[in-house]
Amino acid sequence: MNSDRREFLERATHLLLLTGAAQLAFDAVVRGEPEAAPNYKTTDHWWAMAIDVDKCIGCGNCVRACKQENDVPREPFYFRTWVERYHVPDGDIEHPQVDSPNGGYDGFPEKYRPGDGAKSFFVPKLCNHCAHSPCVQVCPVGATFESPDGVVLVDKSYCLGCRYCVQACPYGCRFIDPRTSTVDKCSLCYHRITRGLTTACCETCPTEARVLGDLKDPKDPIHEFLRTHKVQVLKPQMATGSKAYYNGLDGSVR
Amino acid sequence: MESSILHGVQGYMYPNEMELQWSILIVLYPFITGLVAGAFILASLERVFRVESVKPTYRLALLTALAFLLVAPLPLQLHLGHPERSLEMYLTPHTASAMAMFGFVYLWYLMAVLLLEIWLDYRREIVELARTTTGPLRYVYRLLTLGSNDVSEEALRVDERAGFVVTLIGIPSAFLLHGYVGFIFGSVKANPWWSTPLMPIVFLFSAIVSGIAAVMLLYMAISRLRGLAVDMRCVDTIARYLFYAFIIDFSLESLDLVHRVYEADESFRTLDFMVQTQLYLPHIVVQIVLGTLVPIALLALTQLVNLTERARRGIYATAGVLTLIGIFAMRWNVVIGGQLFSKSFLGYTTYKLEFATREGLLPAVILMILPFVILWALVRLLPPWPDEGKRAPAAG
Repeated sequence: MNSDRREFLERATHLLLLTGAAQLAFDAVVRGEPEAAPNYKTTDHWWAMAIDVDKCIGCGNCVRACKQENDVPREPFYFRTWVERYHVPDGDIEHPQVDSPNGGYDGFPEKYRPGDGAKSFFVPKLCNHCAHSPCVQVCPVGATFESPDGVVLVDKSYCLGCRYCVQACPYGCRFIDPRTSTVDKCSLCYHRITRGLTTACCETCPTEARVLGDLKDPKDPIHEFLRTHKVQVLKPQMATGSKAYYNGLDGSVR
Repeated sequence: MESSILHGVQGYMYPNEMELQWSILIVLYPFITGLVAGAFILASLERVFRVESVKPTYRLALLTALAFLLVAPLPLQLHLGHPERSLEMYLTPHTASAMAMFGFVYLWYLMAVLLLEIWLDYRREIVELARTTTGPLRYVYRLLTLGSNDVSEEALRVDERAGFVVTLIGIPSAFLLHGYVGFIFGSVKANPWWSTPLMPIVFLFSAIVSGIAAVMLLYMAISRLRGLAVDMRCVDTIARYLFYAFIIDFSLESLDLVHRVYEADESFRTLDFMVQTQLYLPHIVVQIVLGTLVPIALLALTQLVNLTERARRGIYATAGVLTLIGIFAMRWNVVIGGQLFSKSFLGYTTYKLEFATREGLLPAVILMILPFVILWALVRLLPPWPDEGKRAPAAG
């Protein structure tokens, strides 16, 4: 009787103070689990990212925001997203000079001078959320999978830590989190995008060099971006069904 | 930390590529399974193709295969970030994964082929030992009979026929066991050093080479330890098979090399530079020259020139040891070499072999000694020399 009354009072208070989604969120907080997204239907979305190489200024906001939002190990050489600086001498796209000091986390110190007979540009990198992911194919237990809305995710409670997927990714997007001994990678901020938010990297990009897009939403601006730009994916010969579309991608980028 | 990791990095690596993912333990895995497959194939020569002269090594080869097979999953287990979850590979396997099938191929090979063949071959002796042995070992033998005590001629004939069938199934199974290990590497399209359809067949033939060399060496060493003369007809035959298998293996590897050099695709310059620098010692010097050309030349010599028994024994021992070093180097160059260059083809890293860590040199050495300890116990339990059953356990 006593506990019934307490339960009733608790529920009544919640109802008064919180409503709708907020109440669901409160339950999730009490359980210590991430909040579910009740109004999100995975089959209604097909996520992709549009990246404009010419707009990237190498500020590193995306790298910092990603590490903070997703609790990525701060020490160097663990990145869900990073930025590369290319320096390509005239007429020699096979030998670009590339650097990515601390993944671009601290921005890029001045290194090249204008008029040195070469072009320089920044290339943001992240998981390509391939539709035919080689990493998903090789996982021996299916701990990494493609979600119905086109995001490559990892079930960390299931990952063996065999590292086969790290070997299979042609883009170097995966790493082993030293704290959990399981694999980690860009989740396209799944906890955010399922609640109508954009990813942390896109949110903080000052030039809109990277924009999240939903290919199943006819009103999403990504359709216009893809229609009006000459886009390319990384390593198209890998035929992975990559969904990170780059505008202005130089042939030297790999 | 940053500077210590960057030390040894040349050019540009993707940030997540600085550390190698697969260590010396993953080098051991194809080396050990290769020895298993090779030893078994040597054993089946006698059984299926009735090569009488290699008979003295038949049982030794089977026990060697078993000893190494029992150790094969250990380096993998030790390498996993979560070894306690490895059973999930059996319970919820992802069928698209080459690695997921390892568990099944392994179990099939262990239970349906190797254990069954050994049991059928030893059954008469196990029943006898269960009757004659005293002390606690008696119960071990009783258990090993699996309740089957019928050793009438009719029953032994059934054993023989069943053993033949198991061996017949065993040969493709041994091919599968190791060919598939090659496929694990050969099917990684992201890695041009690994990605070739030749990989499974190169792995298979190098496995046969290493298994034959290992059994030949073990047989000569054990004969010496037991104070018995080496059956020269036997080792001559084994050495001849080693020579043939080696020629095929070397041709396949050369084909792969020539193809890469001639095609010179986008990855070629990067890989070529790696072979000329970091991999020069393990690949050119150890694997190709010391571990392949020299033993092939030595074995060819024994085929072409009439040599004394003593000289032949010396050559076989030298060639055998060099072969094993060469095949180990081949596994090293595949596994470690495949991780030294960036998938951007713009840079290189180095492998820093640690010593007394979970994936260091020490556990690797222990894992390489372990099969010999197991083999020693197996030889004592199931003496491979049927005519000298009473002497052998003490000497084995």
